[in-house]
Amino acid sequence: MKLLVCISNVPDTTTKVRFADNQTRFDATGVQWIINPWDELALTRAVDLKEDSNNPVSEVVVINVGSVETEPTLRKCLAIGADKAIRIDTVPKDAFQTAKQIASLAQKNAFDFIICGIESGDYNSSSVGGMIAEFLDTVSVSSVSDIQFQEGKAIVERDVAAGKEYIQMEGNAVLIVQKGFAKEPKIPNMRGIMMARQKPLEVIPANDANALTEYIGFQLPEPKAKVKMVNADQMTELVNFLSKEAKVL
Amino acid sequence: MSVLVYIQNFGSKLKKQNFEVASYGSKLAESMQCPAIAVVMGTMEDSELEKLGNYGISKTLKVTDEGFNTLINKLFTQVVQQVVVQEKVTTVIFPDNNEGKAIAPRLSVKLNAGFVSGVVSMPVTLEPFIISKRVFSGKALAQVQINSPLKIISLAINSFGLHEAKTVNQIVSFEPKVSVDDQSTKIVDRKIHSEGISLLDADRVVSGGRGMKGPENWKPLEELAKVIGAATACSRPVSDAGWRSHEEHVGQTGKIIAPNLYIAVGISGATQHVAGISRSKCIVAINNDPDAPIFEVADYGVIGDAAQILPKLTEAVKAFKGE
Ligand SMILES: Cc1cc2nc3c(=O)[nH]c(=O)nc-3n(C[C@H](O)[C@H](O)[C@H](O)COP(=O)(O)OP(=O)(O)OC[C@H]3O[C@@H](n4cnc5c(N)ncnc54)[C@H](O)[C@@H]3O)c2cc1C
Ligand SMILES: Nc1ncnc2c1ncn2[C@@H]1O[C@H](COP(=O)(O)O)[C@@H](O)[C@H]1O
Repeated sequence: MKLLVCISNVPDTTTKVRFADNQTRFDATGVQWIINPWDELALTRAVDLKEDSNNPVSEVVVINVGSVETEPTLRKCLAIGADKAIRIDTVPKDAFQTAKQIASLAQKNAFDFIICGIESGDYNSSSVGGMIAEFLDTVSVSSVSDIQFQEGKAIVERDVAAGKEYIQMEGNAVLIVQKGFAKEPKIPNMRGIMMARQKPLEVIPANDANALTEYIGFQLPEPKAKVKMVNADQMTELVNFLSKEAKVL
Repeated sequence: MSVLVYIQNFGSKLKKQNFEVASYGSKLAESMQCPAIAVVMGTMEDSELEKLGNYGISKTLKVTDEGFNTLINKLFTQVVQQVVVQEKVTTVIFPDNNEGKAIAPRLSVKLNAGFVSGVVSMPVTLEPFIISKRVFSGKALAQVQINSPLKIISLAINSFGLHEAKTVNQIVSFEPKVSVDDQSTKIVDRKIHSEGISLLDADRVVSGGRGMKGPENWKPLEELAKVIGAATACSRPVSDAGWRSHEEHVGQTGKIIAPNLYIAVGISGATQHVAGISRSKCIVAINNDPDAPIFEVADYGVIGDAAQILPKLTEAVKAFKGE
């Protein structure tokens, strides 16, 4: 089985977010870039599945739609254990255009499962996975929190409002993963980093997919009102605030 | 022309968040001078569906076949697409939750319609269609323009509130042209939450961190959760240490939640934790360190020992509710 893990390259969560050019674009000066946390968990799990010979997974490929600046992130994915990286050479404009790039690559190469994270830490669109599936006219399972193999078939666990459901699949699907898919991200070791240098990082030109949406401006939220402190012996007062002022009780 | 609201079916019941998307949809429809209609998948009594009329929905299409009681992303997308075509819908509104995230992006591709997720307010302008959404896990807002004739948005839960607008809600059956015996999503097993409230849908959440000191101290936290009808959650070190189940872990690598009320007990407020809870409407922090960063994001703060404060708060809530 071949797995394709979609990797979004995002600013580290602790980044102080700033905007430039009259608040029309994200200011990337001094920003530390990381593998989107959910994608890192997806990759970790994919590599674990491949390394455990009880599973039918034979190859893990990572893909990113992005400019040359995302290559360190893809190299890190190779160091974690992906076999191959693909970069589709364009700056993503929106989820639709990004998904169309990945879908057209997947159309030409058979992957049993395409795995995406639930959202990118930057634009939080929660879209690319579902969109890829629709472009490919294939099944998608969202809120995936685990995958196991039994007799060559995958059992995919998903969260639903009422609890959990287990879905049997033979592949040809997009999985959109969230928390739980792997517990801790894998940290690349020295050997992995050395090996990553010899692994292929293929760059492919983008297709001419259009975007349907456009980011036109950004704002930082209004500074939050200062926290209202309540004395530890005055819990009745806190309850009053919560019911009368905040109206949440 | 009409605005279509996607109503998630919570085990044949409606929830407050359904009324919130309905409220949003009917307000938007009003500004566009067209009707707001709704679609519901799976079985639900008409008496339940009628309640949508209290929030401005004038027609509800129900797709009652039992085959629609389980979410099948691809199939549900087909159905909504057929409703969009039949009802000449120009704007579709989903809840920004698991089910919305499962269907809306697919529908966007199917209809070639721009999709903006996690919107927090009415459009800034209708022509061009510009709308605000949260980005960078709540650290900023963005204005996004949708350039396609058809528009799809998902509404951040608890961002708009309820707005009553009594309307006669006509309930009609919709017969989609799809095959319901779709075997692609074959459910082989289920585990239903036996008790408690699902964290992802919870209106209120009480959450414990390392300041709780150990799993044996969770009783008072659970008591509080019980009296206010909250789900329980925890920080990552707590679930990593096995004090609580991984299901409860919220944050950057855990669940992202947006309850009305989030009570953080013994949680320092690390950025990675806050990334999962900053969309909450009201945050209360209980911590013995006045300099804990959680107080920078909290609306209300209490300084002191969690073990002592929790029972007092529970008592105060009980007294307030007259128990
Ligand atoms: C890549 C990455 C991803 C991460 N993802 C997540 C995530 O998803 N979710 C998450 O939660 N964390 C995440 N973390 C970890 C995060 O950085 C913090 O380490 C973690 O949130 C701290 O948990 P805590 O607040 O429970 O513990 P601590 O930071 O140890 O804080 C405990 C708090 O309890 C207070 N306290 C102590 N005793 C008492 C008492 N008796 N009464 C009241 N208060 C008391 C202390 O003052 C302190 O503020 C991530 C970290 C990294 C690097
Ligand atoms: N530029 C990209 N390149 C590759 N995969 C991406 C890209 N952007 C998003 N994804 C994938 O889609 C998921 C959801 O992202 P988004 O729809 O941007 O919130 C991410 O977790 C990634 O798996």
